[in-house]
Amino acid sequence: MSASGSGSSPQQQSLPLGFVRGEPLLDKPEDLYIPPDALELILDSFSGPMDLLLYLIRRQKLEIVDLPILPITRQYMEYVDMMKNLKLELAADYLVMAAMLAEIKSRMLLPRPPAEEEEEMDPRAELVRRLQEYEAIREGAQYLDELPQTGRDNFVARTATDARQYVEQPLPDITLSELALAFSQALAQAELQHHHQVHREKLSTRARMSRIMDMLQQHQRLRFADLFDVSEGKPGVVVSFLAILELVKEALIEIVQVDSFSEIHVTNRDPVYAEPTA
Amino acid sequence: MQNQQLKQIVEAMLFVAEQPLSDTQLLEHLQDQQVSRRQLGAILDEIAADYQERGVQLQKVASGYRFQTRPELGGIISRLWQEKPPRYSQALLETLALIAYRQPITRGDIEEIRGVSVSSQMMKTLQERNWVKVVGHREVPGRPQLYATTAEFLDYFSLQDLSELPAIPAPAEKAKDTGQTAQTTAETATATE
Repeated sequence: MSASGSGSSPQQQSLPLGFVRGEPLLDKPEDLYIPPDALELILDSFSGPMDLLLYLIRRQKLEIVDLPILPITRQYMEYVDMMKNLKLELAADYLVMAAMLAEIKSRMLLPRPPAEEEEEMDPRAELVRRLQEYEAIREGAQYLDELPQTGRDNFVARTATDARQYVEQPLPDITLSELALAFSQALAQAELQHHHQVHREKLSTRARMSRIMDMLQQHQRLRFADLFDVSEGKPGVVVSFLAILELVKEALIEIVQVDSFSEIHVTNRDPVYAEPTA
Repeated sequence: MQNQQLKQIVEAMLFVAEQPLSDTQLLEHLQDQQVSRRQLGAILDEIAADYQERGVQLQKVASGYRFQTRPELGGIISRLWQEKPPRYSQALLETLALIAYRQPITRGDIEEIRGVSVSSQMMKTLQERNWVKVVGHREVPGRPQLYATTAEFLDYFSLQDLSELPAIPAPAEKAKDTGQTAQTTAETATATE
């Protein structure tokens, strides 16, 4: 399903036209060769306008940050024009991107008044950011596809037993002292966890953020202290704290304290803030 | 109790259990045998080693330990059921990857990065498979749902933890923000690798 194996078979030219970043440039950017029956193929092989855009950039062996907006826009429009004839509803998402490209193009062509020059950023910046993020996610999607999948690569191996029919299962009793013992063990273990190998905080933080959101769905309001699991040791506490900070930054939760030194609580963002402002 | 016998018990329990068993669950079942967590860990390691070269292996996933067939046998084994193993579309994989790597995330966020409207059908599929669940709402107009991955998602991909996913480049900070936070704020602690 990789984009590189799709639509174009650029065999009509074999001599490089020039070199970009040391790589031979085989395709003339302005003449875009699309086999006549390739339209459906294009729609099927690209998972969206970002995918098509990324393909067009890569085909010219260019970096995303160099985004050559003029030729890319022209090529993109040629694809989209043909798509429009074919499947209008599918082309809608592609048209949104076309509008964005056209807007960036016009902003780049227009001379800027000197006063605004400092504030104005490269009009391509936002698109470049999205393209980079999209490329990262594509990579992630490929990793997922390559992981062993249950039902495709491995199968859970269980033996069937009819024991359940015959065995009655009383729930185990737990005494307070056992609980206390388990807790002290957990604490002791947290103590042992002091030097651990370096975690990739980024991901565990994301997972923790989801968990905190999940907890807040069940209890509207949580004590700050309840968000920490002491048994996880220092790294766990730090990750929880980072997750809380990140959630606050993304405006997903609120931290409240009624009086100074009183209990700190964490809540979902108050829906009052959701009032339309614009 | 003899180590050998404990090993047999743990192995048998894992085989007949309907769900993966976590070490806490195993310890609970073994409480009469006075097994310590450390002892259990050693037993599980031994069982895993015994199965190293076998067609079935002991695997730790997010929900616990389970036996599963070797991944490289998938093609042959799936013929038992005459059905083709599921093959997920690029669109679904990208959506799932976005949720896995950037959770909690709204449908709007997903659409922004992918540049495509996310079909309700796809979100339904992901939720029906129990890979994705709603963990809350973003308190902005429309209160969009926030999606996150589940333990079943990790189980399906034989992962114990999200941090086992291979790293991908971190997202760049949004250049032009929607206006609520200044983009000049220092990098947050999480953004530093």
